[in-house]
Amino acid sequence: MAVVFQRPHALTDAPFHYCPGCTHGIVHRLVAEVIDELGIEGKTVGVASVGCSVMSYDYFNCDMVQAPHGRAPAVATGLKRARPENVVFTYQGDGDLAAIGTAETVHAATRGENITVIFINNAIYGMTGGQMAPTSLPGQVTQTTPYGRDVKTAGYPIRVCEMLSTLDGVALAQRVTVDCVKNVNIAKKAIRKAFENQIAGRGYSIVEVVSTCPTNWGLTPKEALEWLRNNMLPYYPLGVYKDVAPEGGAK
Amino acid sequence: MPEKVLMKGNEALAEAAIQAGCRHFFGYPITPQTELAAYMSKRMPKVGGTYLQAESEVAAVNMVLGAAAAGVRAMTSSSSPGISLKTEGISYMAGSDLPALIINVQRGGPGLGGIQPSQADYWQATRATGHGDFQILVFAPSTVQEMVNLVSDAFDLADQYRMPAMILADGMLGQMMEPVALPENSGKTLPEKPWSASGHHGERKHNVVNSLYLTPQALESLIRDRFHRYEVIREKEQRAEEYLTEDADVVLVAYGASSRVARSAVEAARENGIKAGLIRPITLWPYPVDAIERAIPTVKAFLSVEMSMGQMVDDVKLAVNGRRPVYFYGRTGGMIPTPNEVLEEIRKIAGGM
Repeated sequence: MAVVFQRPHALTDAPFHYCPGCTHGIVHRLVAEVIDELGIEGKTVGVASVGCSVMSYDYFNCDMVQAPHGRAPAVATGLKRARPENVVFTYQGDGDLAAIGTAETVHAATRGENITVIFINNAIYGMTGGQMAPTSLPGQVTQTTPYGRDVKTAGYPIRVCEMLSTLDGVALAQRVTVDCVKNVNIAKKAIRKAFENQIAGRGYSIVEVVSTCPTNWGLTPKEALEWLRNNMLPYYPLGVYKDVAPEGGAK
Repeated sequence: MPEKVLMKGNEALAEAAIQAGCRHFFGYPITPQTELAAYMSKRMPKVGGTYLQAESEVAAVNMVLGAAAAGVRAMTSSSSPGISLKTEGISYMAGSDLPALIINVQRGGPGLGGIQPSQADYWQATRATGHGDFQILVFAPSTVQEMVNLVSDAFDLADQYRMPAMILADGMLGQMMEPVALPENSGKTLPEKPWSASGHHGERKHNVVNSLYLTPQALESLIRDRFHRYEVIREKEQRAEEYLTEDADVVLVAYGASSRVARSAVEAARENGIKAGLIRPITLWPYPVDAIERAIPTVKAFLSVEMSMGQMVDDVKLAVNGRRPVYFYGRTGGMIPTPNEVLEEIRKIAGGM
């Protein structure tokens, strides 16, 4: 019988610990499918960052390193400089990438560090129980903005792709989401390109995935996707913000 | 013997690391270790290595973590305020059983402190290079030649015991020039690192380099294993130089730059008829308690001489454990004690015996 669907080899058998409706699972799967399709599992090293996805080192079948909070780009830099023939990716959340690790992110990007960054933006700190993130929306109620994020005191959200797209070292900055089949397919293409760019030596590639956190948003999985479409996508428009090789893949 | 060359301490440290097989240096500018990074930026491209000036000390140490996880010899260097920032990465490396070399060319603290030589980071180096239950290997050279020799040993022992190692130098040693013989054999085979995150190439299960253990039983058991390893290190790796201690009434204990002053003071005391000696710890962790123990039967008092307000004196007291009086003399803030000041302390102690 023909196999039409199976678990990617680049994922281990460990069941995900993620909450129902969380999009980490979809994004993990897309990364693993791309690793399989490119046939690079044996030379890929992933960097797990602090946050809900820290235990992704148990889920990806490639070698994995767990980084201190925010330092995934620095750890990836060390891994890549030590073994440039390997493929190195980081998997980071918004608190990790855009708050505690902003310096590491901006400088890895501006150095054109030849790595692939998967950035999960769900506008909240998931693992610690729902505090304000650097990407929490104006007015968004979180555990630490109980009256809604007041931009006068808590500042404005950071649009990461827009910011990084100004840097010469960036090869790809693309924002995607995985709320429906069509967008999942676009997200996978972007992730594939971010890995292909690295293989071609093009520099820093980031794919920002606008994601959900039903648990800490206090919504059902279905409501969470609707909230994402109605609130996050207007503030974080999907699209390609920078692409140095627009005509597709690496050869 | 290789020919001797005149080198600045900071540059000798860098060249020694290259000779020891290190090809990955990640740093951030800070006085008084600047020449070390500058030397690396000149040399690394010539030997096919990586010199990277990071955006911060925090980033630099985490780049070291990444390179060490990939299985290569990696290092960073800094001075006191920068080492405080590196403690995050050092704790994570200790918690992930990663070998790496960190060099601290100490200056005065706390805060921005000063830029003159100091030994005020002893507690930090031996007690708390980051949060959690762990130790790192700490070496204290007192000459430029010894800096060269200890860099190689530090890399070897870090690999052997899978833990970070530190060279605790200071601004005086970093800035002084002395003749050194660099090691001749730079082509030695480095150890295999089957645990490294270097790509499994379809030949093994995936490796995970990690410091997170959410089950307390698992974390406790891992830490206990690590401490068993520390016990072996305490037994096997203590190093100290014992100078004129056999018949000494007063034994000075001093390391690094202050041991050079202490040695002069011991000689001056001998010329003045006072039987003084010197124990010079070369490893600060593990602390050379055996050398102290050997001195106890014959010695009447110990004197710890430091460029701090008295930090290593704690370890002397722990080793002596009340069996003899332990005195302290120190200068701090970038001041260096003079042999005459130390001789005066020896006189006071000898006069009171």
